[in-house]
Amino acid sequence: MRNTKRTQKIAFFLMLLATLLIVVPVGMIVVIIVQKGLPAINWQFLSDIPRQGMRTGGIFPAIIGTIYLVLGAIVFALPIGLLAVIYLSEYSRDNFLTRIIRLAIVNLSGVPSVVYGLFGLALFVVFFKFGASILSGSLTLGIMILPIIITTSREALESVPQSFREVSLSLGASKWQTIRHIVLPNAIPGILTGTILGLGRAAGETAPILFTVAAFYLPQLPKSIFDQAMALPYHLYVISTQVPNVDEKVRYGTALVLLVLVLFMNLVAIIIRYRFRKKKKW
Amino acid sequence: MVKFEVHDLNVWFEKAQALKNVNIEVRQNEILSIIGPSNSGKTTFIRMLNRLNELNPHFRMSGIVELDRLNIRNTDVEALRKRVGMVFALPLPLPLSIYENIAYGIRMHGLKNKAKIGQIVERSLKQSYLWDEVKDRLDESAFKLSGGQQQRLCISRTLAVAPEVILFDEPCSGLDPISTAKVEEAMLELKKEYTIVLVTNNVKQAARVGDRTAFFLSGELIEIDTTDRIFTVPKDQRTDGYIRGRFG
Repeated sequence: MRNTKRTQKIAFFLMLLATLLIVVPVGMIVVIIVQKGLPAINWQFLSDIPRQGMRTGGIFPAIIGTIYLVLGAIVFALPIGLLAVIYLSEYSRDNFLTRIIRLAIVNLSGVPSVVYGLFGLALFVVFFKFGASILSGSLTLGIMILPIIITTSREALESVPQSFREVSLSLGASKWQTIRHIVLPNAIPGILTGTILGLGRAAGETAPILFTVAAFYLPQLPKSIFDQAMALPYHLYVISTQVPNVDEKVRYGTALVLLVLVLFMNLVAIIIRYRFRKKKKW
Repeated sequence: MVKFEVHDLNVWFEKAQALKNVNIEVRQNEILSIIGPSNSGKTTFIRMLNRLNELNPHFRMSGIVELDRLNIRNTDVEALRKRVGMVFALPLPLPLSIYENIAYGIRMHGLKNKAKIGQIVERSLKQSYLWDEVKDRLDESAFKLSGGQQQRLCISRTLAVAPEVILFDEPCSGLDPISTAKVEEAMLELKKEYTIVLVTNNVKQAARVGDRTAFFLSGELIEIDTTDRIFTVPKDQRTDGYIRGRFG
């Protein structure tokens, strides 16, 4: 009797320890970056172009570049991913072809990001002649986050009870009406979760944009989607390794801005998701 | 007059045969009760009548189901389901408000006139004796209603699309006796205008509301007759055993 209680206490302690261990690195990352980066943050840092070989001035072009890239990736990946998911989970039957497609999606999520970069270089930059541009970079990032959006959205669609579909169909609604009015509205929170994950990933990756869009130093804002752009993760890499004598606080300041930007985009999506969840009524 | 005519119906799900050579007819403005133990094919049978079985990818069939002398396999499935409504075993409101639950079907069929939709919602709720209980809270979620109210909401929702036949699939299995009585009362009233097929696990319910009763066992139709005769002088002794509660 006492033995089982003791075992339970030990197991409980280990699980608590493991949980705390997860929190520690997250907390430390935030603390260190905020501590070292905050002194760099001021209006000039956020709104000015980089100056003196990126040692002073601001990071405004990189912020804008990252925002464009992330939005571009979402605009590209969300509709395609969603339509594919609707087809896969609502229309397609389980056969050899759809199993191949599912397998391809799973494998797509396992491809290292630098391989996406090379692929984007070959396909968008060279073959389609988009050049190193926001368009090429967005498309490359879009393909990278496609499996994330597809996998999470599929779970979201499949979590809508089958009985809702049956009721809707039994009332004489068509299959598309059922999907449009019953399935999708109830799957939106899950779809947004996938989008949130994709957003964060697209904003933070360096390798896929390395060959397809990122400019080493471009002290002006992009004028069209065919322009090159700076981006925060690549800028961070450059000032950390390629440019000598960059003040530490500039580097951490850049990291902090990237972190806050991703968190802010996540927050927006989380708020939208929360709104929809509140409407969920079963 | 005959509404549904079923000839030599066989149904399989993968390799398991769910219905074996069923021949049956459903007459206009009657309540046909279908009784039988679980796995006897009752639910599979009524889901044939609105082609809901076809949602199952493993479904296969042979035989003919006719509605008003037309093979339902040759008719537009949405039009068929509009004519043949269904009330499910568990109360299944859609995740919408009370009002929108009722309006859903007619909206999907293209009705946009708000006043007309409002009229139909009110009339349908009155038909299932729910109107007085919900008229002041039509915008609330349908999930806030009690189980019995939800089931009557589902009946109203089916009535709103103006079907000719209503299929009830064990509509009272999750309800208490008072709610059950209300649903049965609604069914008897509806019989005047609609044809009703009622699948029930409750033999007494079949005796109370059914004009005719059919007994299914292991996918076969064992016997069908007027409810009086089935419950007093059944021809088959398996029917007799089931209604006396010897098995099932």
